[in-house]
Amino acid sequence: MAKKATRVSYGEALVKYGDNENIVVLDADLSKSTKTDTFKKTYPERFINCGIAEADMMCVAAGLAASGKTAFASTFAMFAAGRAFEQVRNSIGYTKLNVKIGATHAGISVGEDGASHQCLEDIALMRTIPGMVVINPADDIEAQLAVKAAIDHDGPVYMRFGRLAVEDVNGEDYKFELGKGVQLKDGKDVTIIATGLMVQEALKAADMLKADGIDARVINIHTIKPIDEDIITKAAKETGAIVTAEEHYIMGGLGSAVTEVVCANAPCPVKIIGTDRYGKSGKPNELFEEYGLTAENIAEKAKEAAAMKN
Amino acid sequence: MDAKRATELAIIANRVRKNALTAVFNAQSGHPGGSLSIADVLTLLYFEVMNVDPKDPKNENRDRFVLSKGHTAPALYGTLAERGFFPVEDVAGFRHVDSYLQGHPDMNKVPGVDMSTGSLGQGVCVAGGMALAAKLDNKDYRVYSILGDGELEEGQVWEQAMFAPHYKLDNFTIFVDNNGLQIDGNIADVMNPNPIDAKFEAFGWNVIHADAHDFNALYDAVEAAKQCKGKPTAVIMKSVKGKNVSFMENQAAWHGTAPNKEQYDQAIAELDAKIAELEAML
Repeated sequence: MAKKATRVSYGEALVKYGDNENIVVLDADLSKSTKTDTFKKTYPERFINCGIAEADMMCVAAGLAASGKTAFASTFAMFAAGRAFEQVRNSIGYTKLNVKIGATHAGISVGEDGASHQCLEDIALMRTIPGMVVINPADDIEAQLAVKAAIDHDGPVYMRFGRLAVEDVNGEDYKFELGKGVQLKDGKDVTIIATGLMVQEALKAADMLKADGIDARVINIHTIKPIDEDIITKAAKETGAIVTAEEHYIMGGLGSAVTEVVCANAPCPVKIIGTDRYGKSGKPNELFEEYGLTAENIAEKAKEAAAMKN
Repeated sequence: MDAKRATELAIIANRVRKNALTAVFNAQSGHPGGSLSIADVLTLLYFEVMNVDPKDPKNENRDRFVLSKGHTAPALYGTLAERGFFPVEDVAGFRHVDSYLQGHPDMNKVPGVDMSTGSLGQGVCVAGGMALAAKLDNKDYRVYSILGDGELEEGQVWEQAMFAPHYKLDNFTIFVDNNGLQIDGNIADVMNPNPIDAKFEAFGWNVIHADAHDFNALYDAVEAAKQCKGKPTAVIMKSVKGKNVSFMENQAAWHGTAPNKEQYDQAIAELDAKIAELEAML
């Protein structure tokens, strides 16, 4: 199966859905990497390069949105959620303006560029902004549908895309519903809740667990905010143990979001898999191995969580 | 502009100053100094220059205004109230828990406010985005923004200083409220942004100097900005922080301090005297 990076999906989706005259796309000198250059080629008059100035870009996007545009602001996750956090918080979040942040190169799978460019805290940062929708798609089809959903949603959206080419986990007939988790496999002993690139690892982990006689449920949470409380609560009640997996710091991301729901609605053991320190240079798969973002580790932690059940 | 109109505007501006001080006094919190220094330019914009309609505050063809130095919301609220966007009495609720008049401008709560601001440096960048939107849509509305001179210390101001000339936003005019003071003292001592004019010129702006308290000079600057094609305009306004209240003028201490009852009464009395003097000239 052909692999594709979700950043490529982002660029393709901007062209696919970009015939709407109201859409403008901004970038900060990274259009070849964020793949907004595809939109630039198709709709040059609606592409705005802001130069290496992310703070200004976020505010310009807010100004365009305040004037009726649907503004996509694109750069690396590190600079979108990190460097420009306060601009996003005050000029986009607080104002509820129609800005869609296309943040590429999220997570440790950035690889060789190393820690300075491997944003592992963006989900946590964006999740704290009231009203901000946070989407972390798992594959090409989900990423493209996320862009469509972002256009249809009135208000700010943060979309997290990766640099690494990945296999599809969803089929051609996949339906994307903002704020709804997707159960990919039923199971009764433990639930693996994953997001982004960890979804495919979660499916592999479930296969490994099956060999050990453990029946694992697998849920894909593409929308981390607003999170699908129902599917998580149901999983906690029915399987009694959860493991989460994300390409993000262990604090503030999917694991925290799931824990918040579980603690409030149906307390049960939750093991959180993510990074616990800054990233480093290396090939993505080497880094996944070193940081425990693998099917093997998910399966291991799932067993531990299941064993904690009364 | 004829002398009579300038006098009429000066009267309104002093009413705006009274509104601003009433807001800050009732809240016992807020920023009087920089509110008084921009009362004249706000009055000119909302009563003489900008195409706005208090009955249709979101009209898509209106001129836009962004108060990048958002802490001087009392002056903006005082102006919008005088212009009829909401009742003048409401300014007394400024910063109170049950009022819509937030400590810093909120576009979703206050009629006539085009952008929520307060975090310095952001408003001017948003205003640049609005000006670009007008260009993209082939609309002829104009965008105005006021920045503090201390605000120029924020790096992102200079990101926008590159952006607006790059996109030839000649529908965009900014006013730098050059009162020379910021919270910690003289701008030149805290972190010197001077020379302001040469910096904007070097970034590609049409730069005009104007006295912030001379309606004719301000009006001429706005008209000159409209005539200038291919470049945004920066009006560097020499201003007096605390303008028209004797004990507040040129005092950094009045940046973010509310007057007590005695001080408030004196300030209102001084402004009433000024208004009476101006009315006698009509």
